[in-house]
Amino acid sequence: MSVQFSDIQIGDEIPLLKLQPVNRTTLALYCGASGDHNPIHVDLDFARKSRMDDVFAHGMLSAAYLGRLLTAWVPQSQVRGLSVRFTGITQLGHIPTCSGKVVEKFIDAGEQRVRLALRCANQYGEEKLVGEAVVALA
Amino acid sequence: MTDKNLIGHKTGAYSVDVEKGRLRFFAKAIGETDPVYTDEAAAKAAGHESLPVPPTFLKCLESEGRDVVELLNLVGFDLGRVLHAEQSFVYHKMAYAGDVLTFDGFISDIYEKKGGALQFVVMEARVTNQSGEHIADIRSSLVQR
Repeated sequence: MSVQFSDIQIGDEIPLLKLQPVNRTTLALYCGASGDHNPIHVDLDFARKSRMDDVFAHGMLSAAYLGRLLTAWVPQSQVRGLSVRFTGITQLGHIPTCSGKVVEKFIDAGEQRVRLALRCANQYGEEKLVGEAVVALA
Repeated sequence: MTDKNLIGHKTGAYSVDVEKGRLRFFAKAIGETDPVYTDEAAAKAAGHESLPVPPTFLKCLESEGRDVVELLNLVGFDLGRVLHAEQSFVYHKMAYAGDVLTFDGFISDIYEKKGGALQFVVMEARVTNQSGEHIADIRSSLVQR
């Protein structure tokens, strides 16, 4: 069943997306697939030289998880915008959970749209990304 | 401190091929299980021309056509101290495997916070496809800690 504008209320939560724990393989795969070859995410020696205790996740990996949250809810062709702010570092062993809540219903460019507040946090409830998305609904 | 005269500096236009194999690799890396993103038959059955470019992958394609280290050098940033602060996308049209996307970028803002302890550089790019259709606008903000 597709999501209908008339069925959505402000405050509604969209289905959560809970990920697997982030490990070194996750980061190696994302490094290769994304093309972001910054060694700070995959090379422990480089990370230590940069005064980090260990490698850490690419912010854009969690942003991609928020993309998955949206496209699991509606077809991607209905996504009009996505913006994120990176507020914390996702470390190895963190389990990201992505959530979204409807904060506004409006009409723009002749179509019905909703604005979602997005959040990605780890298993301890520590926030890593906040953002928003605009989605068109029939 | 980064030279504010670089605001408006064009970082160049370049074109990038959207490859199916790369999209499947990306789907694997982000744990995407929706077959629309990996199986062309499923994508077509869902009304797509081919495998769709997922929402944040445009940023990956944008980075592909540009030497990031060179750009960081231009603004005086050091790779080991740079973090991504913000990223946004405004979508106008879907992009698909087989498309050739052109990214036309510029530096849109340079500022500092905490008395210069944090320096920010904001870059934007307009994305169009091989038919000249406007696909998206993307905006990236980097901070040097």
